[in-house]
Amino acid sequence: MTQPFPFSAIVGQEEMKQAMILTAIDPGIGGVLVFGDRGTGKSTAVRALAALLPPIQAVASCPVNSPSLDRCPDWAHLTSTEIVTRPTPVVDLPLGVTEDRVVGALDIEKALTNGEKAFEPGLLARANRGYLYIDEVNLLEDHIVDLLLDVAQSGENVVEREGLSIRHPARFVLVGSGNPEEGELRPQLLDRFGLSVEVSSPKDIDTRIEVIRRRDSYEMDYEGFMETWRPADADLREKIIAARNHLKTMKSDEAVLRDCAELCLALGSDGLRGELTLLKASRALAAFEGADAVSRAHVRQVAPSALRHRLRRDPLDEAGSTTRVGRVVEEVLGEPA
Amino acid sequence: MPDGIWTRVEIGLNALAVDPAGLGGLWLRARSGPVRDRVIEALPALPLPLKRLHPSIGDEQLFGGIDLTATLSSGKLVERAGLLAEPAILVLPMAERTQPGLAARLAGALDQGTGHCLVAMDEGAEPQETLPEALTDRLALHLDLDALPWGQTERIAMDGDALAAARARLPGVRAGDKVLEDLTILAVRLGIDSLRAPMLALKAAKALAALAGNDEVDQDDLSAAVQLVLAPRATQFPEEEPDEDEQPPQDPPPPDPDPEQNQNDQDEGESQSLDDLPLQDILLEAAKATLPADLLANLAAQKAQRAGGGISGAGAKRKGNRRGRPIPPRRGRLDTGARLDVISTLRAAAPWQTIRKRESSFERSLHIRTDDFRIKRFEEKSDRLLIFVVDASGSAAMTRLAEAKGAVELLLAEAYARRDHVALVAFRGEAAELLLPPTRSLVQTKRRLAALPGGGGTPLAAGLKTALELAIQSKGRGMTPTVALLTDGRANIALDGTANRTMATEDATRMATAIRANGYPAMVIDMGQRPERSLKALAETLGAPYIPLPRADADRLSTAVSAALDA
Repeated sequence: MTQPFPFSAIVGQEEMKQAMILTAIDPGIGGVLVFGDRGTGKSTAVRALAALLPPIQAVASCPVNSPSLDRCPDWAHLTSTEIVTRPTPVVDLPLGVTEDRVVGALDIEKALTNGEKAFEPGLLARANRGYLYIDEVNLLEDHIVDLLLDVAQSGENVVEREGLSIRHPARFVLVGSGNPEEGELRPQLLDRFGLSVEVSSPKDIDTRIEVIRRRDSYEMDYEGFMETWRPADADLREKIIAARNHLKTMKSDEAVLRDCAELCLALGSDGLRGELTLLKASRALAAFEGADAVSRAHVRQVAPSALRHRLRRDPLDEAGSTTRVGRVVEEVLGEPA
Repeated sequence: MPDGIWTRVEIGLNALAVDPAGLGGLWLRARSGPVRDRVIEALPALPLPLKRLHPSIGDEQLFGGIDLTATLSSGKLVERAGLLAEPAILVLPMAERTQPGLAARLAGALDQGTGHCLVAMDEGAEPQETLPEALTDRLALHLDLDALPWGQTERIAMDGDALAAARARLPGVRAGDKVLEDLTILAVRLGIDSLRAPMLALKAAKALAALAGNDEVDQDDLSAAVQLVLAPRATQFPEEEPDEDEQPPQDPPPPDPDPEQNQNDQDEGESQSLDDLPLQDILLEAAKATLPADLLANLAAQKAQRAGGGISGAGAKRKGNRRGRPIPPRRGRLDTGARLDVISTLRAAAPWQTIRKRESSFERSLHIRTDDFRIKRFEEKSDRLLIFVVDASGSAAMTRLAEAKGAVELLLAEAYARRDHVALVAFRGEAAELLLPPTRSLVQTKRRLAALPGGGGTPLAAGLKTALELAIQSKGRGMTPTVALLTDGRANIALDGTANRTMATEDATRMATAIRANGYPAMVIDMGQRPERSLKALAETLGAPYIPLPRADADRLSTAVSAALDA
């Protein structure tokens, strides 16, 4: 089993990488949406993220990765009660997935052979405490989107079907990628993502050449390439773990809160999710940089990712949401120092 | 490499046979016929099993599922592998009908590195009937055989031993750093944005080098790879200067990446050496030799297709607001890719168990027969929303409005059969107003329509803007909006409410462009005494049919709208 392309070896796309690192530090930020052109490394980055995340402690045979025995759901048949360290789960939600596979369903084999009513956990169970990745998220069937919204909201998966009545925790970070040319995303789902980034092909020749060069050496000399980049990935992982610890003591004073609120007000974003995400992301960034407190510079840096997708659509504005956010950030927070 | 399409076909297929997974596959644009058959005859030389897909193939067949007949007869769960389980040459006929959903699934399968190779046979008749871009981007070889007469083709030579030797050699084939750079720069000069293209060109060159028995990619391999992979993807003729405006202004690339510069600045040295000059030029010539003459025309067609958001060959698939809602199961056969409703099936079988056990000659805990099978059914529906944008300005307003109201009522009466919703936007004076939010309720409609005043200027742009906003909003709710504009005049009130004819026209054009860019179909109904030229122009901007309908009554109006919708 070959490992995915190393996260640190991804050329450019700084905003996308930053967004992914921030959610790794604070999953409460609530997921990343990556929208952009073809062949820009969207999927590569998401798959690379999996290898980068710090491992979790979980009960070995628990279908929902519970951290301790008493948290395991009662329907689970535990075959081993050992606590093991395992990679943070990153579960792929394929586009053609059926409802049964997402939420879980009656175990047909047990039902037919033993007449036993057993639950076969779905993808949501496996994604608990981890990441749920949806490629081409804008093409996902509506009824699956509804399901996800429901569960993402409550953090719990409730299965009431085929004579089953089961619930289990399902807290996960949504990561979606897609190409906006193929379809829009429903605002409800859009809002569910904490951060959103737009990626495009690099316009500069040297960068493009570097992308091709690294991809080629990854494919031609896999061992050597991984050897080269493993330390950089390990460093990044250490920094993320350090930032997680640092997060608890991170200070954010009144002025920063005011900045966040004013920004959201000026942009007319709905609800208070914008402010919260902006604050959390700024705090995670400050922790990542090892700062003592959140500053205006942090807010400025994460504002585009945190607010871009929360703007009301203005069909007359041809500038695009990134420019609009940039404009308002400048108006509210002033020019960067 | 000699010119001639057929030579390229031959070289391309040989390259594909050396590295099918690496090259991703082949986009073959050709109508069904003997020319295409010659290509298909060569496919068995590829080192993977051939599997045939269908544009409407279901997920069960692609990804596998439960084999019910086997499961029930053995009493154990028997899974059936999907077509994508093992590496294969996936042959997709009628590829122009591929829906975005299937394209995404196949693209995912190609990306996962399980070693699939897709041969997409695109039989599109019109330029805009074609394979979704998610796939074309991932398939290295693009071949267009539509104009090729049978006389210029011959049997494709595939030498099995040579191919096997080349496959063995392939992992050791190297390409210099310079080659990588050249391919990337060349791709930019040809206006190819995706970074997959130079990567695929590199793989093609390596496959060809392996075929030639070399360990190093040479110039001929590169030329051929450029012709096969890069030239068909070109979006501009390489003579053109790269578009400087596209560079993000805040981030000027420090070592000037302008390819012209790289080519001409021999003194600079930098990362480019003198040797680059000839090779890049040779490659560029190779690319030029195969650039299709109608390059720009084709591009325009593809753009139009994208803006329209649909694949014409497949018919506009509606995205339903009630799609995939489960509805009660019913008896059915399992062979149509249907999904079994286990509980209903067991329930149907339950009453017969004792009788069947008595009759049965063998011991089994459950006796389930084909008759018991209950199939899950899902409802898939999409509602069309017809947004009437009605001119309520000027003196003729009262009659026109009355007709529009009548037409709305008539269309609504048919709405249950047609699954249509109707909304009404009126514009007059300085602004537009949403008189009737999307509805199917006749009662509500009549009530709202009763009190509609008329008179004043013609704020056409404001009307279109309101319609666009409504269209965007309702599309988010899963409806399929169509804009029907009813007017007789030209715009004379600008968006900001000032009476400025020039600005008003400009604003109206801008809004029309926005509606078209969002991909909403429209129609323009001219209700004036004689046709208004500016409306015809507006219809063109909207990409919409222009229907002159003087002195229309509600009946004729509703007939015209129905006809335009069904066209």
